[in-house]
Amino acid sequence: MPVFYGTEIASPLMLGTAQYPSPAVLAEAFRRSGAGVVTVSLRREAAGGGGEGFWELIRALGRPVLPNTAGCHSVREAVTTAHMAREVFGTDWIKLEVIGHSDTLQPDPFGLVEAARILSDDGFRVFPYTTEDGILGGRLLEAGCEVLMPWGAPIGTGLGLNNVYGLRTLRAQFPDVPMVIDAGLGRPSQAAQAMEMGFDAVLLNTAVAKAGDPAAMAEGFARALEAGRLARAADPMEPRDMAAPSTPVLGLAVLE
Amino acid sequence: MKITVNGTPTDIAATDLAAALEELGYGEARVATAVNETFVPAAARGHQALAAGDRLEILAPKQGG
Repeated sequence: MPVFYGTEIASPLMLGTAQYPSPAVLAEAFRRSGAGVVTVSLRREAAGGGGEGFWELIRALGRPVLPNTAGCHSVREAVTTAHMAREVFGTDWIKLEVIGHSDTLQPDPFGLVEAARILSDDGFRVFPYTTEDGILGGRLLEAGCEVLMPWGAPIGTGLGLNNVYGLRTLRAQFPDVPMVIDAGLGRPSQAAQAMEMGFDAVLLNTAVAKAGDPAAMAEGFARALEAGRLARAADPMEPRDMAAPSTPVLGLAVLE
Repeated sequence: MKITVNGTPTDIAATDLAAALEELGYGEARVATAVNETFVPAAARGHQALAAGDRLEILAPKQGG
């Protein structure tokens, strides 16, 4: 199973907590999928608001918590949010998002590296939401990150692995770095593909929460991830252009 | 004095952050705070003076992806 900053997680499924029809459905999705990591955020709280109830729900899941800096567009916002998250959630893990464009939610690579360096130097274990760009990946590793989380496609699109070549190249460029496909997945088959390509985990939210039956979809993703992981370890055959008979030709009857 | 709490202009009597949280009804709530875009750790709230016009952010655990 994936190891992030020395911690082995129980499943390659990292699951978000937003957009579910109800807290009960959220909990059921985690139960049926056995997701290994819970992602959460920080937002404004009114006095007497429901933050405590949500916190209790998360604690009851009993899994490592990965807070994010979702919605942050500047280094300062992201760094401040990370500090606030560390205090509230009691973890130095942070899913670092520094968003460069509101429509694409594409990471700002320059701000991302700067924020990653600041936070790593301050003792955070940074999980950067990045692209498939290998140069950027290298800079993030130099900045102190020990995990990379390239997008499959823009957040919330469900388009799957948009740039298979780029992702395969990134995987090959840093073979020993734990990598998570973060964002853009819509269906379990895409998660299986990511695992077959050698990625260590996927991080999902919308694909599960917005499914007609979120708990069933979460389990579907978990099974696909297991299938992909087994396939990767089993050393898949190489594709070829021409047909090759699987049934032996030797011993074929002559019936003409 | 008037400060901004989570984007809303708010009158408070308290002059430090710890007292302001109490006055605003947060009590023992699990929240993190920032004043004028700078994180203020829980342990430092009693020493964090507030002045008119300050911008206070009070954040809590929420759903996220």
